[in-house]
Amino acid sequence: MGTNKESILMNVNLKVKRFDPGDSDRENWWQEYNIDIHEDSTVLDALIYVREYEDTSLALRCACRASICGSCGMKINGSAKLVCKTRIVAVAPNGEQIIVEPMGNHPVVKDLVVSLDTFFNQIKRVKPYLQTDHVPESGEYIASNESMENLLTAMNCIMCGCCVSDCTVLEVDDNFIGPAALAKAWRFIDDPRDSKKEDRLKDLNDEDGGVWDCTRCMQCVEVCPKGVAPMDKIMELRDQAIEIGLNNTNGARHAEAFYESVGHSGSLDELRLPIKTFGIFNIKELIKLIPIGIKSQLVGKRPPIFHKNIPGVENIRKIFERYRK
Amino acid sequence: MKYAFYPGCVSRGACPELYVATVEVCKILGIDLDHEAMKGASCTGSGVLQEKNQKLGDTLNARNFALAERSNLPLMTICSTCQGVMSQARKRMLDNPKYLAEINAELTEEGLEYKGLAEPRHLLWIILEDYGIDAFKSKLVKPLKGLKLAPFYGCYMVRPSDALGFQNNLEREDSLERIIEAVDAEVIDFRGKTLCCGFPILTINEKNSMKMVANHTSDAKNLGADAMVTPCPLCHLNLDGFQSKAGKSIGSQINLPIIHLPQLLGLALGISPEKLRLNKHIVSTKVLLSELSLKP
Repeated sequence: MGTNKESILMNVNLKVKRFDPGDSDRENWWQEYNIDIHEDSTVLDALIYVREYEDTSLALRCACRASICGSCGMKINGSAKLVCKTRIVAVAPNGEQIIVEPMGNHPVVKDLVVSLDTFFNQIKRVKPYLQTDHVPESGEYIASNESMENLLTAMNCIMCGCCVSDCTVLEVDDNFIGPAALAKAWRFIDDPRDSKKEDRLKDLNDEDGGVWDCTRCMQCVEVCPKGVAPMDKIMELRDQAIEIGLNNTNGARHAEAFYESVGHSGSLDELRLPIKTFGIFNIKELIKLIPIGIKSQLVGKRPPIFHKNIPGVENIRKIFERYRK
Repeated sequence: MKYAFYPGCVSRGACPELYVATVEVCKILGIDLDHEAMKGASCTGSGVLQEKNQKLGDTLNARNFALAERSNLPLMTICSTCQGVMSQARKRMLDNPKYLAEINAELTEEGLEYKGLAEPRHLLWIILEDYGIDAFKSKLVKPLKGLKLAPFYGCYMVRPSDALGFQNNLEREDSLERIIEAVDAEVIDFRGKTLCCGFPILTINEKNSMKMVANHTSDAKNLGADAMVTPCPLCHLNLDGFQSKAGKSIGSQINLPIIHLPQLLGLALGISPEKLRLNKHIVSTKVLLSELSLKP
């Protein structure tokens, strides 16, 4: 706090989503708090102030207050953030009301405290530890500096659960392994000391809720307070799965068909893409395309039957050819 | 005002109504679309190509940018996905001069170079940032008073916000709401407006994709929306084309028309629904248009 306390206070209006498992009369409710607090405060400072001086019944979790421990993930105005890292002026520059909710896709214990059981069950699914098949003669595993630097982004994860909170897939399917766990899987797959790379990729490729279920919506990239960019790791896992020959999935065929279409014609052949994605002999899935095909035809929205190459397509083909090498 | 027009694959494929509506709207607004500048441009890779080879995807985008630079015209897109993929590619290249040089080396054979000047921008932003909301309003012929519209951005139009330049262009955050208000309609704000429509997993996990369509369209409908408006043709394909299937999965008929951004602009500018191809949707726009006293 500064020396001239009076002149640097600001008014903060918080609207907090409350939940009390012991209160059988109501499922959850909103409560507003109006406080005056130092203008440099974080949202966490404001919540602690409320708990200390306004309402001792408000439950919240925090520890380090320095975005290291990952305890204070919450939704601020609809997106997950570490509240210790979020300054009030950044989310309410003109004194707007700040909406605080517990993180999404996690069971709520009380008020702003969520259970991380689901989160850690996802992490456990990817076997988050080194698996090696031999002990070097020297007795220790030496990894190059470069290979460890490569892992830094993923190792920055503090397991706060923000990415899981805002994942659009987990919202509709709680079986998805989720962004944090998949980034963790990438961290071991790319570790030169691990010997289970192929097994891991196979599991993530085959499993229901694996790498191909990500929608690429980038919520996890946007909300991660540590720059882990889980979705980028998921994309790398997809690429690596295809690289080792795991190409018998709709996702792999879709990526391949897309690549072929652009590499051949310069643009996307929308008519053939779904057919190639399901596989030309996958009659069951192809039949399912018929209703939308008929509807599109009826309203005049069917993509052209004869897909045209872009002018100068040979330049695109040359670029693809060079990258293929 | 003249732009190097990059329509993207979908507006020339499964959403031809988007292309036609854009051309009609730009004609009325006096926005000159140069169709030649980007004639040899390729697909952006849509994020899918990047799954296989990001550098290849970035090279295609650098090549497209170089074509725009050669025309000396600012670049216009009409697809959220193109916008996002191009913006991400641009950021990677501008953040890393060595990477940009490597990519430019791939373009020398064709005599092209991306100098870092071309910047992709969606029609939505161009209306707000170049044309100006007041200038646009001055052209309104048919204010859409009483119409309740839910915005639906498409992921690539809002994330990652740094690549999309949100920090220097704050109005981009609620650009669609600003447009809805400019045409005198009412914004139906709902949580799903910046979430995923489910299109990217349509052929991979249809069940999840349909849940997303059902959630967003029924939420907007339950909040009183007459229609949803989107700057993303891929969101349109899923939310319009698969809405009845998604509705069946939750045992209800949703019937929420999904309107492309230029179609909304066009209606307010007094362009006829036929010209805007509002009859080319899977979810019928008839009720919507009759509410506006316009024939479908």
